[in-house]
Parts: sequence; structure tokens; C-alpha cells
Amino acid sequence: MKLGKALLVSAFLTAVVLPASAQDNFITVASTTSTQDSGLFGHILPLFKARTGIDVKVIAQGTGQALDTARRGDADVVFVHARAAEEKFLAEGFGVKRFDVMYNDFVLIGPKNDPAQLAGGQDVVAALRRLYEKTQPFVSRGDKSGTHQAELDLWKVAGLDPAATKPSWYREIGQGMGAALNTASAMGAYVLADRGTWLGFKNKEALKIVVEGDRRMFNQYGIMLVNPAKHSHVKAQLGQTFVNWIVSQEGQDAIRSYKIMGEQLFFPNATATTL
Amino acid sequence: MQAEPVITLSKARLVMGQRMILRDVTAVIERGGPTVLLGPNGCGKTSLLKAMMGLVSLTSGTVDRHVGRASFVLQKPVMLRRSVYDNLAFARQTAGLPHSESVMTDLLNDFSLTHLAHAPARRLSGGEQQRLAIARALAREPALLFLDEPTASLDVAQTRLVEDLIARISARGVKIILSTHDLGQAKRIADDVLFLVEGQLAEQAPMASFFHAARSSQARAFLAGELVSIDGEKP
Amino acid sequence: MDATSAFSLILERDPALFAIVGLSLWVSLSATLLAGALGAGLGSAVALTRFPGRQGVVVVLNALMGLPPVVVGLLVYLALSRSGPLGQFGILFTPTAMIIAQTILIVPIIAALTRQVMEDLWGEYADELNAMGVTPWRRMRVLLWDARFSLVTILLAGFGRAAAEVGAVMIVGGNIDGFTRVMTTTIALETSKGNLPLAMGLGVILLTIVVAVNSLAWAVRAWAERHAG
Ligand SMILES: Nc1ncnc2c1ncn2[C@@H]1O[C@H](COP(=O)(O)OP(=O)(O)OP(=O)(O)O)[C@@H](O)[C@H]1O
Ligand SMILES: [Mg+2]
Repeated sequence: MKLGKALLVSAFLTAVVLPASAQDNFITVASTTSTQDSGLFGHILPLFKARTGIDVKVIAQGTGQALDTARRGDADVVFVHARAAEEKFLAEGFGVKRFDVMYNDFVLIGPKNDPAQLAGGQDVVAALRRLYEKTQPFVSRGDKSGTHQAELDLWKVAGLDPAATKPSWYREIGQGMGAALNTASAMGAYVLADRGTWLGFKNKEALKIVVEGDRRMFNQYGIMLVNPAKHSHVKAQLGQTFVNWIVSQEGQDAIRSYKIMGEQLFFPNATATTL
Repeated sequence: MQAEPVITLSKARLVMGQRMILRDVTAVIERGGPTVLLGPNGCGKTSLLKAMMGLVSLTSGTVDRHVGRASFVLQKPVMLRRSVYDNLAFARQTAGLPHSESVMTDLLNDFSLTHLAHAPARRLSGGEQQRLAIARALAREPALLFLDEPTASLDVAQTRLVEDLIARISARGVKIILSTHDLGQAKRIADDVLFLVEGQLAEQAPMASFFHAARSSQARAFLAGELVSIDGEKP
Repeated sequence: MDATSAFSLILERDPALFAIVGLSLWVSLSATLLAGALGAGLGSAVALTRFPGRQGVVVVLNALMGLPPVVVGLLVYLALSRSGPLGQFGILFTPTAMIIAQTILIVPIIAALTRQVMEDLWGEYADELNAMGVTPWRRMRVLLWDARFSLVTILLAGFGRAAAEVGAVMIVGGNIDGFTRVMTTTIALETSKGNLPLAMGLGVILLTIVVAVNSLAWAVRAWAERHAG
């Protein structure tokens, strides 16, 4: 009984007191599943840590959720990809300033046997119209992520809105990129994916890229420091150090050098040089 | 030693649900040898003992205890999930008594439990459990000891053993109030007898006069091995 | 990587995997200990006292055994968020938050099962303990002690649920690499990366750990029971 009590007390103390005091040299970054699942952070964060000694804790969520996490004050920096949502976030005063970081592109993925015969095409909008006509199974993220937003935008360009009419072939799963790919693989469905996740994805057997290279499928990432004026506890200095490093020559080179099977995943395009 | 009351019952009545289980029992139990509560199954022996111990509260009437600590050995004693030794130690603790290794050793010895001291109490045989239950009651060093049919589930040899123990405890000055429906047992150990029929005290008498010159017709019928009821008629 | 490589990671003593397994054990065992103290106390209190509305409390406790982890996660998230009532402590996305969430998740299980066990045992012991004039406080301690073997089983049930859940720790821990990543969130992550064999392998490891903890507890119980009954 005494031992139990001692264990309990020490467990509590360790759990509650230590994290608060022992390690304060870290920031929390709310980012997206695509950056995390693709392995980009695993590549660049050790470089950042080596340079600055700062630990970066990444919470990987959909872009919408990541921005909400930051809105609540639970992150110091957001690193996401959904231009319109980011602008809104800024306009509400939650972000200090937005910087372009890099882009990658989306690819339209389909089953190996490609029943809609889209393979080799470069016009994603035409491909979507074809899927619509042929009522081919299509998996939508349906999770307010950047990728989901990009997909909805492309349907809009095509003048179609399956997300509103919800035909049975259009399946919103409300999950991350990897889950969407797993689902598409299992159902023989088409799906819009970011190239990074696709390249890092291990369960590709039943799937292949059917449409790529359309400029409308470019996917811009931005980074923002959460506004300390909204949330006083935001680690502004450490956070800004991270933002600065990401858009610096060194950070951009780090992003450029990340490759999977010889293929570069993200294309740095920061224009701003910050103070 | 004359007329030193241990327990005074005054119109003790116990009603449970629709049933009257004790019917205005009035009696004085005095210091001395064992008092035996005698009566057929279901006549209210357990209920009366519990009322005297304070384990059930009376519907009306009063019960007063004039001595110090009391212990109670239940008709079906519950063995705590611990060793024999720990059962004894715990009981002693509940009485607020200091732990004493020599008391423990004596108790284990007196009740022939020494070799079982560290066995789990719940694995003892029925007889061993009964002995432990009495030892446990004594570990509390009571002035008054209630025993509810302490030998009901024992064979003849074990019964004799327990009866001997009771005689020894009584000789040490502990007042014993014991219930039984076993006439032989009552004869062997009783100093005086309370005879209960359907919750009513039909007779209170010294042992010898109860067995040889019972005044109530119910007692005479009971002694003759017949079914009895309050009005004395055979049902 | 595939399922066998999950095991070769173990054989190679891969430090990242060890850290994940270690954190899983730390979080779930801490939660089990905390919930054990709270739940056993609450369960005993409900078992041994009579108060108006007690039946309702019993029903609610039993119902909360089926509390969905994501709901707990969400509630704890909202409470610990910087914008929430406990925001100033800054413990969202830390192992502490995960311990809190899992504790809340399993307190009802431990409380409800403890109540049942304690009530049954009290039914058996009531006369005996009353005859010994045991005070209510000591009564609770006696019953807890004598129910210890059942309580160990109850704690194991709580631990099993804590170790197996992913919804709550994912939300309040954030699945941060090297900091709040545990077995279940790793499995979810690897699944989402399409790394199904590795996810499966990790699942087998998790199962092995749960079985090992259970076996250990059972062995201790069997040993103790032989000596105390
Ligand atoms: N809690 C209760 N509610 C209702 N009736 C009860 C309760 N407890 C006992 N009784 C009844 O009261 C009567 C007396 O019970 P008690 O146990 O005192 O009898 P007893 O003389 O000890 O019998 P036995 O020799 O069989 O032990 C019985 O008919 C029993 O059914
Ligand atoms: Mg009885």
C-alpha cells in the first residue's frame, strides 16, 4: 500500500511538473498530414535543431483543423496549404504575416486498370468531368484539409458540385490522405492526392498516377507565426526563428534536398527574406 | 455475584416487514455461567442475540448492556480473506487492543490452530473455521461473548471440543450467551435457560429446573420433542 | 518495412521504437494508477454509502464504462486548450494531457466494477464487521484489501482499455514524433501511410505487451492468493 502511494505521488509529480519546467526550448507547429506523412519534417527538423537547438513539435492535422488549433492558441506556428483559409486566418488577426515556403503538386490517382481511361492525360478538369459522367467511384478527403479544398476548387472549375449533390459514387471519408489512399485502393476508386504523400505511401500495389502536371494542381504551402497579441503565451521569438529559417537559403535548401527514391517532393519558392 | 445484570431487555419488539419476530421480550440476564437461548428453528434466537449485540435495532422496547466489550460469533461466521493469524490480529485491532505476540500464540494454541496460522482462513474445514471464529471473538478480549449456534455444523467430536472451550472461557469470567436448538448441549453447558417460541419468551429458568420442572406447556412439549407454538397447542 | 521488420526493430533495440513503447507503458500505467485510486475510491464510496439518487449514480457509472475515447479526448482537449479553462498550464499536447484523458476514460470502468465487487463483499462481511464495531473508514480499507485480487483484475481491465485506445491520446497528445507518439497513434499513422505490414507488426507488439502485463499480474495474483486466500 505504501509503495502504491509513493508510486502514485511520484507518477503525478513527474507527469505534471517535469514537462512544464525541464524543457522549454521548443515550439509547437500545427501542420498538415501531407508534410508529416511524406517525411519532410523528419528530414528538415533535425537540421533546424542542429542549427538553433530548438525542438519542434509537430501536430499533423488537416489544414482547417491545424488553423483552428492555432486559433485556440495551442500552436506557435502554422505551416499549411490552403491559401484562402490562410488569408482568412490572417484577416482575423491570428497570424502575424504569411510567407510562401514551397509548393508541391497534386496528382490524380486511380486504380491500375483505369476503368475511366484517364491515364496519360494532363487536363485534370477534363478528367474530373469524365469521372462524373461515367460515375466512377471517387474518394474525397471530406475533412476540410488543404487537399480537400483543392479538390473542391477543381470540381468548381469543372462546373460540377458532387459534394453538394452527393451521388453514390462520390465518397467523402473525412480522414487523412493516407486513409483516403487506402480506401481508394480497397474500393478501386479515383482520388486526388498530394505527390509527397503518394511517393511516401507504401500500399500502392492497386493504384497508379493517371493525371499529373496540370498547373491547376500546384499546391502552395505557407507559414505563419501565430499572433502573440491574440495569445500572449505564444513563443514569438522561437517561432519567428523557425519561420525565418524555413524561408532562409539554408531552410529552402533543406526542403529541396528531401527526396524519396530520387524524386524531389517539395519545391521551395520563398520570395521573402525576413529580418 | 448476586443479581448482577449483564443485559436487561424490556418489551423488546422487532418487526420486519409484516412479521413480528420478537414479541415484547422482557428479561434480565445475570453474570455467571453460560446463558442458553433455546428454541425451535425460526423462533427468533439469532434475532434476539443480534438485538442484544446491537446489530439490529428494535422496533420498540429497550435493550441495555451493562458490561464492557462484547464479541459475537455468527451462526455462519465469515472468514476474512486473509490468513488465520491475520484474522485474529485484525479482530484484536478492531477492539483497539495493542498487538501482542503472546496473546496470539496462546489463542492459536488454545484452539489448536497453531499449525494453520499462516493458512488462508477460507480454506479451513468447517470445524476449524468455527474454532477460528471463536478464537477471533476472544482476541477482542470481551467481557461478554455471544455464540449463535456455535456447533450446528460440527460432528460429535468437534462439538465436544467446542463445548470444552466454552466451559474454559466461561471459567475465565467471560459471560457467555449462546443459542442452540440442541437440548443435550443446553443441558451440558447452560447455567440458565431462556426458552423462546415464535418470538416470545416462554420461559426463563435455571437449567436444572427448566429440564426437570418446566412450567410452560410449550417447554414441556419442546422437551418431549414435539412441535410447539405460542398458544401451546400442537399445530 | 514489414511485419517482420517491426520485430527486427525490437531485436535491433531501435531506440525510437523503445521510446514509443516506453511512453505507451508510462502513460497507460500512470493513468491506470491514478484512475485506480480515484475509481476504487469512488466505487467504494458508492458501494458503502446510501444517499438519495444513488441508483442514478450507479446507472451513470455503468453507462460511462462505454465512454467513447474520442469524446473524452475532445473534452480534455477543450479543457486544456489555451483557450480553455485550464489553458494556462500549457499541458495540451504533452504526455500529461494523455494521462489525464486516459484517466478520465477508465475511471468509470474501475469505479463501476469496484462498486459491484465492494457491494458484493460488503453483503458478505456486513454482519461480521458490524459485530466487530468497525468504523466506516476502516470498513472501506478492509473491504478494499480483501477485494484486492478482484481489484487487480479490474485494474487490468482499465489498463487494457487505456493501452488500446487511440482516439483520446491522438487528440490531446497530437501524436508528436518523439514526444507524444505512442503505440496506438503510431499504428494509426503507419496505417495512414499505407504501411500496413509495419502497422500490423506494431499491433502484434502492443498485444504482446498487454498480454505480458496481464500475465505478470496474474502470476502475482496466483502467488498471493496461494499465500493469503
Ligand atoms: N431480515 C429479515 N426480514 C424478514 N424476516 C426475517 C429477517 N431475519 C429473520 N427473519 C425471520 O425471523 C424469524 C426468526 O429468525 P431467526 O434467525 O432469529 O431465527 P432462529 O431462531 O435463529 O432460527 P434458526 O434456529 O433456524 O437459526 C425467521 O422466521 C426468519 O425468517
Ligand atoms: Mg439462528
